[in-house]
Amino acid sequence: MNAAVRFKDLTLGYDRHPAVHHLNGAVADGALLALVGPNGAGKSTLLKGIVGLLPPLAGSIEHGLSRGEVAYLPQIAEIDRSFPISVYDLVAMGLWRRAGVAGRIGKNERAQIEKAIATVGLEGFEDRPIGTLSGGQMQRALFARLLLQDAKLILLDEPFASLDAGTIADLLEIIRRWHAEDRTVIAVLHDYEMVRERFPEALLLARSPVAWGPTPEVLKPENLLKARHMSEAFDNRAPVCEVHAA
Amino acid sequence: MYDIFIAPFAEFEFMRRALVGMLALSFGAAPIGVFLMLRRMSLTGDAMAHAILPGAALGFLVAGFDLFAMTVGGVIAGFAVAISAGVVARVTQLKEDASLAAFYLVSLALGVLIVSMRGSNIDLLHVLFGSVLALDNATLVLLASFATVTLLVLALTWRPLVLECVDPGFLRSVSKTGGPAHIAFLALVVLNLVGGFHALGTLLAVGIMMLPAIAARFWATDLTRMIVLSVLFAFVSGYAGLLVSYHLAAPSGPAIILAAGSIYGVSLAFGHVGGLRRRFVPGRHLEA
Repeated sequence: MNAAVRFKDLTLGYDRHPAVHHLNGAVADGALLALVGPNGAGKSTLLKGIVGLLPPLAGSIEHGLSRGEVAYLPQIAEIDRSFPISVYDLVAMGLWRRAGVAGRIGKNERAQIEKAIATVGLEGFEDRPIGTLSGGQMQRALFARLLLQDAKLILLDEPFASLDAGTIADLLEIIRRWHAEDRTVIAVLHDYEMVRERFPEALLLARSPVAWGPTPEVLKPENLLKARHMSEAFDNRAPVCEVHAA
Repeated sequence: MYDIFIAPFAEFEFMRRALVGMLALSFGAAPIGVFLMLRRMSLTGDAMAHAILPGAALGFLVAGFDLFAMTVGGVIAGFAVAISAGVVARVTQLKEDASLAAFYLVSLALGVLIVSMRGSNIDLLHVLFGSVLALDNATLVLLASFATVTLLVLALTWRPLVLECVDPGFLRSVSKTGGPAHIAFLALVVLNLVGGFHALGTLLAVGIMMLPAIAARFWATDLTRMIVLSVLFAFVSGYAGLLVSYHLAAPSGPAIILAAGSIYGVSLAFGHVGGLRRRFVPGRHLEA
């Protein structure tokens, strides 16, 4: 099977301190991968690295996809919800790859936007300013935007944080459909139960990779315990890492 | 009625010119103000306006009250400060607002010094507070050109600009247009402040940019409507301010900005989007 994303001795970090340390391996095309691990384990950092928002300190990430073919849902805090924009326009941003700076949003595109809004269950909210949405409704709108992005590789950073069961179930259904369409999905998650039920593959990260493979193997108690011990503190006087230095 | 509202413009050419100048300024500056406000850069406009002064003053030093020299000087100084502040913020510990503050205070002092070297106090007043009643043809053409360029560039960079305000992370993940759009936007800010400078002076030019925009915020939850309203408010301020200055023999620049201030006051009190009346007299709650 082809690899959608390949990590070669990848180290990502901030100000020379590694947040993801010497990661090797490949995410298969069409995989549904859960990224798990304690806080500060480098999960969000890894997603930023794949999108290209953070250049590697060492090693490389290869995915051979153009910018528009990768969809990335960051943690919700980055959005200015006081901005006067409607749900419809927020969702329409998902068409950027096709419409770009000046492309036309025609009848076809409008139909797609309406369909995406309907798929996430936000009919009737089209004209509402985004500032009036609840947390769950906002996340639904962002999933509608992801739907329109029509990406081959979809990266989700804690997509279910503080959502209710009904919303989570609806959004999981969308993820299942992406998986059925052979898109590659990588999601940062904290709910091990959900990962066991819904995600066939998992990568347990504690800066360095602890385990990667079929979910039941990865989420064994000894691995989880190991991950908790490995998430050591940020050390200002850490020596230069000599692994693979040549 | 006619005597109060129309006669001043029908009878005097300088009033008509001032009104046309304000119309051009409204179309350019007010939409820029809306974006500045939405990007939480309201005070950046103020800082940039001061930054223009030494450039315009150098132009004045070289050529006196010459439209071309003062415009070019102002534009160059505005860019220099905007870019330096951005660079200092990225290269050093200092945040962008702090470095802007440092640059504009120095610029203001420098500008006043340069004008005083050659001109009188009257000249200084002209530079600081403008002369909307003395707009000649060349200046009117300049103001109209700035407004045209502003609207065209805004139309071209609309999507990246909006996206960069709402969800900068998303824009970065799908496109590289955020940076160029931001620079184009800063260029428009400088351009419109220089335009405003000719009519209202460096200190008041920001007023016609920000006050109508801030007032419009109280009446619209939709960006397009907000911008249309801001242009309307800016022009009404220009018209009302000119009338007041004519009938009461008050200085025109401050009268225009005070008119804009009154619109802001009314909006603050009665605006249906987050105004004071809604807060203190909310009305009974709805069924759903």
